[in-house]
Amino acid sequence: MSYTEKELKKELDNKSYEFGFVTDIESEKAPKGLNEDIIRLISSKKNEPHWLLDYRLKAFKVWKTMKEPKWAHVEYEKPRFQDISYYSAPKKKKELKSLDEVDPELLKTMDKLGISIEEQKKLSGVAVDFVMDSVSVATSFKEKLAELGIIFCSFSEAVQNHPDLVRKYMGTVVPYTDNYYAALNSAVFSDGSFCYIPKGIKCPMELSTYFRINESGTGQFERTLLIADHSSYVSYLEGCTAPQRDENQLHAAVVELISLDNAEIKYSTVQNWYPGDEKGVGGVYNFVTKRGICGYRSKISWTQVETGSAVTWKYPSCILKGDYSVGEFYSVAVTNNFQQADTGTKMIHVGNNTKSTIISKGISAGKSQNSYRGLVKIGKGAQNSRNFSQCDSLLMTDQCGAHTFPYIECENPSATVEHEATTSKIGEDQLFYCMQRGISEEKAISLIVNGYAKEVLNKLPMEFAVEAQKLLEISLEGSVG
Amino acid sequence: MKELLVEIKDLECKIGDQKILNGLNLQVNKGEVHAIMGPNGSGKSTLSSVLAGNDHYEVTNGSINFLGEDITEISPEERSWKGLFLAFQYPVEIPGVSNINFLRTALNEKNKFHGKSPIPAKHFLKMVADKSALVGLDNKLKNRSVNEGFSGGEKKRNEIFQMAMLNPKLSILDETDSGLDIDALKIVASGVNKLKSSENATIVITHYQRLLDYIVPDFVHVLHEGRIIKTGDKNLALELEKKGYDWLKIDSLN
Repeated sequence: MSYTEKELKKELDNKSYEFGFVTDIESEKAPKGLNEDIIRLISSKKNEPHWLLDYRLKAFKVWKTMKEPKWAHVEYEKPRFQDISYYSAPKKKKELKSLDEVDPELLKTMDKLGISIEEQKKLSGVAVDFVMDSVSVATSFKEKLAELGIIFCSFSEAVQNHPDLVRKYMGTVVPYTDNYYAALNSAVFSDGSFCYIPKGIKCPMELSTYFRINESGTGQFERTLLIADHSSYVSYLEGCTAPQRDENQLHAAVVELISLDNAEIKYSTVQNWYPGDEKGVGGVYNFVTKRGICGYRSKISWTQVETGSAVTWKYPSCILKGDYSVGEFYSVAVTNNFQQADTGTKMIHVGNNTKSTIISKGISAGKSQNSYRGLVKIGKGAQNSRNFSQCDSLLMTDQCGAHTFPYIECENPSATVEHEATTSKIGEDQLFYCMQRGISEEKAISLIVNGYAKEVLNKLPMEFAVEAQKLLEISLEGSVG
Repeated sequence: MKELLVEIKDLECKIGDQKILNGLNLQVNKGEVHAIMGPNGSGKSTLSSVLAGNDHYEVTNGSINFLGEDITEISPEERSWKGLFLAFQYPVEIPGVSNINFLRTALNEKNKFHGKSPIPAKHFLKMVADKSALVGLDNKLKNRSVNEGFSGGEKKRNEIFQMAMLNPKLSILDETDSGLDIDALKIVASGVNKLKSSENATIVITHYQRLLDYIVPDFVHVLHEGRIIKTGDKNLALELEKKGYDWLKIDSLN
């Protein structure tokens, strides 16, 4: 019998929870709540080495002493951390030989977004690793990658098969003491992705992971660790969809990128989690810590298209440690209805001759609030460093808000830091001009918005760019007022 | 045999509480060029906006008939598909959207309305080459964002280029001469003249007689307080150039 999400959900809905694990069904779910026992449970279920359990417990200890950050320009009901189940996994980890064996429901959701898996298979330039409710159910193209020594697997597998690499790099960019949600993630992370590109290898395909939040009441605590060894290159895609939910779902991921000397990582995200309904009910809380560190002459480039989530709190950042290293951040963040986004980046210049570029395009519609928050920090020793920042805001209605909070800390007089910002409202005159030429209002909005976001969309890999354009269109349907 | 293209009957419109068009009547046949002149604030640009369907203005009375169909209530894009074109007095900039992409979208939307398939890329590019030559549009402007960073002259040329691409039945040129030097004016006018046929018509809205030296009108109408108060041939424009509008205003009062 092929296992489907629907069946899983039905089973979970119908079953009454007893204390502890119920093992006679096809899914395992930890009881609600968070304490040391739960953490031990997660760790033992995943058959983790002792050092990792220690890591989790230390993180949990720190987390308990921390307070939820309040500085973000967002308002939301604080998640009830004791009301969340911290572990949920389809019990049987089926080895899927082909993508045809993937859950048809999952395929349907993807189809709606125009991500046809069949197409992807044909393109075969994309290796897809599905993360469905915290545990990967399908991983493909593994062999081809293995030939080159590239490791691309779920985080749990990496812990089992490559513990030295995980232990060496995990927590080096985002320590568990970093912030409230990073600490929480470090304590309870369920799964995620792991990627290692060996020295001198240019990864021949774009690595892609589709995340989904699946089961009502299950927070997702993904952990991604990506290591590009000396002189290697990888382009990594992360795309997200989620079915509609009434209750808020917490998502607190940690992403760590390590770009060693002369290496380059290109990390692209299309984020489309459930944003809540038109009245602002429901939706995903997206509190993510993403950070990368660059070695000598290395480069990290973040590109993100954010259209989903009820509340977003996210700052993909670069620590430019090595001399001549380069950090880039290209972002389009769309908020509609009652969505709130506080997103931006941190560029920390440590090495000499380091360079960073920030292009942020915010689009606010409905009654949403869209904030750019960014830090450019030039350290004392960072001679001849350069930064260019451009933060644009586009308003679709007169009830939404766009805010820019740029922080610049410069401790070295040889640095060049530039910041440009614009705010504009989508013009009635622009719309009328398009309509006079025979382009309907909806199409005109999409044209104008895509034009506005072009600089960022151009940075996405081809397939992703098409998907992202569609997302912008869907997200802004009927939003001009 | 004259064939009626547009018939405007008793058209009244307002913006807020302010009445701008006040019982305007106008008939334009295929193959004709009509010039509409008048002092500032007489309603010239409002007329062009209302004809194009800008919902900024509320039509309170009267009708616009286009090729036998009442279009008073239909959307701007549908008017466009049916063959109505407005060359804007102030062409709008659309950053990040290339001129070419903009026009291809426009053309394909029009084709869709008429049940035709999208224009093949090769055919489209040939058309772009032909039509841009007509108005001497700089090659590199085609790939630049719509009107962004264009000079005043380039913007107006771009309007006529778009007009050539969309091949409308009725073209309304709203003060196309404003902001043009004499050389640019000649080029734009020659573009308009080349597009003239027995199947289409042009309404030229202008302050100055100068443009009418190059686009010669069959009729000249004087608009005052939202109505046409005098109609004549091209000589009326010359007379206005000499005498101004005041004599007509007094006439219309009597």
